[in-house]
Amino acid sequence: MSSLITRVRIRQIEQLVEKGKRLDARGLVDYREIKVEQGVIEKAEGSARVLLGKTEVLVGVKVETGTPFSDTPNNGVLTVNAELVPLASPNFEPGPPDENSIELARIVDRGIRESQAIDTEKLCIEAGKKVFVVFVDVYVLNHDGNLIDASALAAVAALMNTKMPNYEIKDGEVVIKQGYTQLPMKSHPITVTLGKINNKLIVDPWLEEEQVMDSRLTMAFNEEGNICATQKGGSGYFTQQQISEGMKLAQEKAAELRKKMKW
Amino acid sequence: MPTYFEKKQLVTPGELLAEGEYMAGSNTYAENKKVYASRIGLANCDNKRVDVVALRSFYFPKVGDMVIGTVIEVGFSGWTVDIKAPYTALLRASDVLSRPFKPQNDELSQVLSGGDLIVAKIASYDRTHDPQLTVGEPGLGKITRGQITKVTPSKIPRVIGRKGSMISMIKQETGCQIILGLNGVILVTGKSPDDEDLAMAAIQKIESESHTSGLTDRVTQFLKEEKAKVEENKNE
Amino acid sequence: MNEKPEKLIDKKGLRLDGRKVDELRPVKIEVGILSNADGSAYIEHGKNKILAAAFGPREMHPKHLSQPDRMVLRCRYHMAPFSVGERKSPAPSRREIELSKVIRESLEPSVFLEYYPRTGVDVFIEVLQADGGTRCASITAAALALADAGIPMRDLVVACAAGKIDDTVVLDLFDTEDKVGCADVPVAFMPNLNAVTLLQMDGILKPAEFEKAVNMAIEGCKKIYEIQKEALKTKYMLIQAEEEVEEE
Repeated sequence: MSSLITRVRIRQIEQLVEKGKRLDARGLVDYREIKVEQGVIEKAEGSARVLLGKTEVLVGVKVETGTPFSDTPNNGVLTVNAELVPLASPNFEPGPPDENSIELARIVDRGIRESQAIDTEKLCIEAGKKVFVVFVDVYVLNHDGNLIDASALAAVAALMNTKMPNYEIKDGEVVIKQGYTQLPMKSHPITVTLGKINNKLIVDPWLEEEQVMDSRLTMAFNEEGNICATQKGGSGYFTQQQISEGMKLAQEKAAELRKKMKW
Repeated sequence: MPTYFEKKQLVTPGELLAEGEYMAGSNTYAENKKVYASRIGLANCDNKRVDVVALRSFYFPKVGDMVIGTVIEVGFSGWTVDIKAPYTALLRASDVLSRPFKPQNDELSQVLSGGDLIVAKIASYDRTHDPQLTVGEPGLGKITRGQITKVTPSKIPRVIGRKGSMISMIKQETGCQIILGLNGVILVTGKSPDDEDLAMAAIQKIESESHTSGLTDRVTQFLKEEKAKVEENKNE
Repeated sequence: MNEKPEKLIDKKGLRLDGRKVDELRPVKIEVGILSNADGSAYIEHGKNKILAAAFGPREMHPKHLSQPDRMVLRCRYHMAPFSVGERKSPAPSRREIELSKVIRESLEPSVFLEYYPRTGVDVFIEVLQADGGTRCASITAAALALADAGIPMRDLVVACAAGKIDDTVVLDLFDTEDKVGCADVPVAFMPNLNAVTLLQMDGILKPAEFEKAVNMAIEGCKKIYEIQKEALKTKYMLIQAEEEVEEE
């Protein structure tokens, strides 16, 4: 569901893309301005706020203790949730997460989980009984396109900012002590989303471009340049060649972003 | 430039039918000078036009079609009618009543109510509104007797038969009046329910065996056998 | 059966279920098996058993969800509680909601939505038994259900996955391989248009491995496409090519 974009606007955007241009004077493969701030919510164990153009996403991380999953008794637990908060867009309605917020959360989760960004073994307190559970809550505050990249960036930045409480085991009970440890991380995945407008690939689609593009391709990369998550979205399609082209482009942009973030 | 199928070949959606200067006929589409099937059916080429006779389709309203429908709801100024199509149809009160329509005085449900069957014609239809029906012609209106059965709309020609041979034969053998709605709904009115059942059984047989040959003979045979059985039972 | 196997491919290059690295699991499809649905299909892909049904085009309820210029495709992917090893709650999980969305987006490019404005078509997928690759088998069945409902389509959509186990890129992972392996790449494809309508990946793959997996999955798709077409034709098979009726 999107608010109606006029046909004139659609044509305008299409024609610009055809000429290799975009409405905000960016090149087809350029990101908008990115601002990242960490530690903005003191009550959360970790937090970060990302501004990608006018898209604004806030991620808060809470760390609590809990029980591990039965098939991974020695590992901590990661859970990612996303809220498309109603104030972020006239199209977001209050209520339980809809398919868009669930897809967003799961894509962000995949990038973090598959790249093994968090060293979950180090989150084990007592094997099979108690582990740290990391809650990553993605809060979209303003939707101006490309929520995926903004959310993924904010999530990793928030994790990098996260501190876990120190603890000791007294008489079989977990007791929280003074002081904190930095959340142990093994990787800092970077996620890049491409859009397709009339068979041209664009990077970091903004809100109106998202209403013109027929599909998107998201890829997450780790430090080695390996792919740890992929998701095609939208009602269009890609040819085999476009997938190869998209993959190479996304890889390049991920490396650029990584340099910029100094990750 | 070639076509890629044999006459009356069974094709599936997406199959490439022809390349070059061909027109995309029914149940096909063209992209980049290639014609593809869009539904499962039998492909045919006539005068550089490629068509697919769909073996599975649903009724799509067309102005002028005679259809048989069921009244679903009585509204303020008319009725909504189910014509077994993607869209429900509307029948305006002003079309049915022979005088001007007065909402305070006229009780629409007395004229037609939910569950009533009507034979109507599609008076108007376009992409922006639901089909509008009319019963303002002879032979149209509320159905008071008979039974209805349904076939896939694309099989109505089969029920009619070559030069009407099939439908005339059924009418003759069962003594029933049969009205064929182009939306696949068929009204059978006979002298007795048994006659009507017989006609409906014949029609269902046509639906399931429509792609075979020698069907008219087989249906004739079927009807004669069934009638003989009924005669036997009577005499016992 | 909670032990994780150490090696997924043995010395002879055979996998745990005896297949070679580029071999598909057996696929069996039947079209038109549900009398109430406008279109339906049943697929067995390996141990997956999946039912798909299509209802429509029909008026949308609630009406405000309809679009003035096209048909709306809705899709529900759902797993039966008894379909997996540990009973799954019947309530839709986040995974099912995401899969419902990506499956819908894999089918939308094939359907001529613009032909039927203001209507909707509902596709229901029920996974009766799951053994890895359910979203792919679901798409293959759902596309047939749409075609069986007589809905005009640009092409059938067929899907297959590839992945990486034991450092080797292989075709069509079953459940154990998916859980223990390093990557899973499901792909949905419209063969006549060379169009990839679903593409996901989880795991870690070098870019070259990713391309290899995508290509391998597409080859698998092409093989299943032949089975799909046969299943559709079988339902509508002509006993004889003759038709008595003249073209009117």
